[in-house]
Amino acid sequence: MGLIEKVFSLLGPAIHTDWGVHPADRKRPAADSPVRGLPLPERLHVPLQQHIGAAARPIMLVGQTVLKGQLIAEAQGATSAAVHAPTSGIVTAIGDISAPHPSGLSFSAVTIESDGADRWADTGASVDPFSLPPQEIARRVAAAGVVGLGGATFPSALKLGLGLRAKIHTLILNGGECEPYLSCDDRLMRDCATEIVDGIRIMLHATGATRALVGIEDNKPEAIASMTAAAHDFPDIKVRSVPARYPMGSEKHLFSELTGQEVPADGRTTDLGALVHNVGTAWAVHEALRQGRPLVERLVTLNGGALERPGNIRVPIGTLVEDVLAFAGLRSEPARLVMGGPMMGNRLPHARVPVVKGTSGILALTAAEAASLEPGPCIRCSTCVRACPVGLLPLEMSARIGVDDLNGAVALGLKDCIACGCCSYVCPSRIPLVHYFNHAKGELAAQGRAQLRNEAAKRLAAARIERLAREAQEKTAAAARRKAERAAQKAAEKAAAEAAQQAAQPAAEETTT
Amino acid sequence: MIAAILSVTLLGIALGFALGFAARKFAVETDARVAEIGAMMPGTNCGQCGYPGCPGAAAAIAAGEATVTVCPPGGKALATALAAKLGIAADLSGVSDEGPKIATIAEEICIGCCRCIKECPTDAIVGAAKQIHAVMREACTGCGNCVDRCPTEAVKMEPVPVTLQHWVWPKPQAKVEQAWA
Amino acid sequence: MSGESLSLAMPTASPHAHAGGSVTRVMARVMLALLPATLYGFWLYGWPAFHLFMFTIMFALFGEAFALRLMRRPAMPVLLDGSALLTGWLLALSLPPWAPWWIGAVGGLFATLVAKQLFGGLGQNLFNPAMVARVALLISFPVPMTLWIAPLPLGSVGAPGFVAGLQITLAAANTVPQLDAVASASLLGFAKTELSRGIDLLHAAANAPVLSWVGARAGSLGETAALLIAGGGVALILMGIISWHIPVAMLAGIALPAFIGHAVDPARYLDVATHLLSGAAMLCAFFIATDYVTSPNTRLGQLVFGMGCGLLTWLIRTYGGYPEGVAFAVLLMNALTPAIDRLVKPRIYGRDRKGKPLEPPEAAT
Repeated sequence: MGLIEKVFSLLGPAIHTDWGVHPADRKRPAADSPVRGLPLPERLHVPLQQHIGAAARPIMLVGQTVLKGQLIAEAQGATSAAVHAPTSGIVTAIGDISAPHPSGLSFSAVTIESDGADRWADTGASVDPFSLPPQEIARRVAAAGVVGLGGATFPSALKLGLGLRAKIHTLILNGGECEPYLSCDDRLMRDCATEIVDGIRIMLHATGATRALVGIEDNKPEAIASMTAAAHDFPDIKVRSVPARYPMGSEKHLFSELTGQEVPADGRTTDLGALVHNVGTAWAVHEALRQGRPLVERLVTLNGGALERPGNIRVPIGTLVEDVLAFAGLRSEPARLVMGGPMMGNRLPHARVPVVKGTSGILALTAAEAASLEPGPCIRCSTCVRACPVGLLPLEMSARIGVDDLNGAVALGLKDCIACGCCSYVCPSRIPLVHYFNHAKGELAAQGRAQLRNEAAKRLAAARIERLAREAQEKTAAAARRKAERAAQKAAEKAAAEAAQQAAQPAAEETTT
Repeated sequence: MIAAILSVTLLGIALGFALGFAARKFAVETDARVAEIGAMMPGTNCGQCGYPGCPGAAAAIAAGEATVTVCPPGGKALATALAAKLGIAADLSGVSDEGPKIATIAEEICIGCCRCIKECPTDAIVGAAKQIHAVMREACTGCGNCVDRCPTEAVKMEPVPVTLQHWVWPKPQAKVEQAWA
Repeated sequence: MSGESLSLAMPTASPHAHAGGSVTRVMARVMLALLPATLYGFWLYGWPAFHLFMFTIMFALFGEAFALRLMRRPAMPVLLDGSALLTGWLLALSLPPWAPWWIGAVGGLFATLVAKQLFGGLGQNLFNPAMVARVALLISFPVPMTLWIAPLPLGSVGAPGFVAGLQITLAAANTVPQLDAVASASLLGFAKTELSRGIDLLHAAANAPVLSWVGARAGSLGETAALLIAGGGVALILMGIISWHIPVAMLAGIALPAFIGHAVDPARYLDVATHLLSGAAMLCAFFIATDYVTSPNTRLGQLVFGMGCGLLTWLIRTYGGYPEGVAFAVLLMNALTPAIDRLVKPRIYGRDRKGKPLEPPEAAT
């Protein structure tokens, strides 16, 4: 077998070059209509967990007044992010609200009743960020609660710090936006190219990288033109057009496309000297450093066949999706509400969920767009194998998971799956492959947690037995000691008595002699 | 013909003796797997399985008397690990997957008698005489031994609430498989 | 299933969009690609061919419905996916055109009932159902399965009409008086017979049946029109239903040894064109070996698979007991498909072919 494998490894192509899919992008006309602002909602529900890591700790009490941009919850632990008030008003509640998550579970949020004034807190005097040391920039980015705006919502300051430690040389800006329907990054690059480029320069300074590559899919010529013009004066910032193909916006795929290198499976792009940030994050960094403004609002794409007026709007964090939908107008009752893009976004349980920092889009899809049909049996057509951008065998993995052979799926590379959805998208039998993988990954994580718990329990049980033994031993030791002491006392008394006797005797003898 | 019958018969007898000899000579006194399985068990001897402590359960599992899903605190993770160890397919459908439960103590009823503390196999309950006791969530294995000891029924088993971080996608329901079952 | 979520309705995972394909659409396109060769077969061999075709498909569908009925599963949605229809269709194309109805009936039933549903239905069968049925028929009923007729196109003198055609199909094979009159040998069968009689191919060539690119020769119902079949196959490749790997590899697998053999000893080995245009080579390369269910998943695996099909075909044709070996070759390679899929896997991003993570390049600058 080994020999055969060797022969195949000689024969085999590096990696199949036609990975991914080309879904209809449906970005226009939403991408072409100018950005609108959302009228200030009466109430905002600002979640404490809008990022990867630990939830922020609220520092406000119910009834307190807050100003726009004021810190309302501080980062807790190493991986966390601060949360700020998106408008001025009064904190009316700190409690649970439905999360924008398919489970329909809730998480905690700070409810702010707007006073309508939208007054900014004192943002402090602006300083030249290039006069600050890199660590200070990361600190300010953290203080502004900036997280990755591409959807993964990893705290940006941590990433900048990581870049500084890993001695990266290239900063990659992800303007791929390969998800269909979404155009918020496109719109941001068209309208705020100067601000983004400034953000990139600040990030270059913060990480010590020597060059920045901005990768933009070639279906966004306006954004490429705008960014190229803005970056014209800065030779260390290069704007690169990359072919439109899903999932080009995947960190590792964009990195490979721009540098021609491949990230090892157990590594990150920083191992190869590159750090990838979303273009929206660069904008947020600019806002945080130049204006002193924390991340309290973002550009959100409203799209989908059920909407009257699709487009990009500026939405304060914490706005309910139903308020946003009311602003865009519903043409028909949407068959499916999605937060994010259609390929990787989350189906929303209902519209009473808040917009969070990672919300790139809100899609109101018609039944025809959502395209949900009953799954059929797998015909092994291997279309999913060709579509998979990672080189996995989705059909084999899902078959293993179907019979609860999770380890079999892991052996086939389940942990390399990026859940991009290409396989489900092309499957003629409409098998919910990504659902299988989500289930398996979650189940494995749960088993891992249970394992840890079991081990901890075992340690505790062992410690208890040891404690009981020690206590018993101590008890017997104490008893023995007491006994010994008593015996010693007795002996001493006896000895003393004898001594006294002896002392008395010589005296007596003396007296007798 | 006769030669063939004879030779096969002799061969059979010889091999039979060889096998019988080997079975006695190389008999395994104790199942080595018992110790290995025992090492995998939680070791809290909580008794929920109905066997005398974790070593008893390990022996039962190795002997095939108990299923791999016998240990409630171990849950699905332990069941799959045991099934892999024994090389059998685990029927996880029977695992009580109403989610893990942990003990909680109603503070207003607790009289601070310390009986539950003595019973806890993982020292998960803290408190002292005449002081209200409390359960350390992280350390509780949900064995439920403390519930019966409480004179005021202040100890209750309650399911661990599912959070976003712990939520697991349910397995997709394949219509075809269901029709087969 | 994690019980925590039992109280919630089954959530829907991403993606929330679909490319739009379906199994039925795939099957329909394959049938569309088969249509020209099939219609040509009807024209070439007349009404009996049409009747046999209908019988075969009817019984294939019946077998599928019956199996589903036994399992108490709704039959209609499964029948509508078109896979049983396609199986029957492919089987019919591989039968001698004037074979009696029960050949089609037994074959159709065998294909869907035994070769497909017994294995678990669509997607679970290890072997191509049409080829299993063909081989079963060939070794069970060798005479009617190798009784070829000379082309007798519709409208030509002596061609049976609709009713007469039905009589031929419904009659037992050897009671048809005309059949002997029109019986003919296929080129591969002819070559095998001549070689076994000790006559080399150079001398036999004078009496050999004529090889025809348009397919006007004795042969199976739908296997003769090589160009129409290849055209349909190329259309499938262009539509993205199949990839080029299996057809090209299989044809190459036949052509290479044929070329070498013929160059070495033309008296012993048939030439490349005869191999490619005779028998079921074309049909198999484009429509049968490419069956999704029974072929490997990866492109490299498909190349290996196709090459194996081709080589085995040539070996069986040249050295085996049967003049035609395509069906056997495909079945043998079907049996190897799981092994190929195990050995040939795509390389995972960031890993080498063995699955180990790539080494990060030293001090990338």
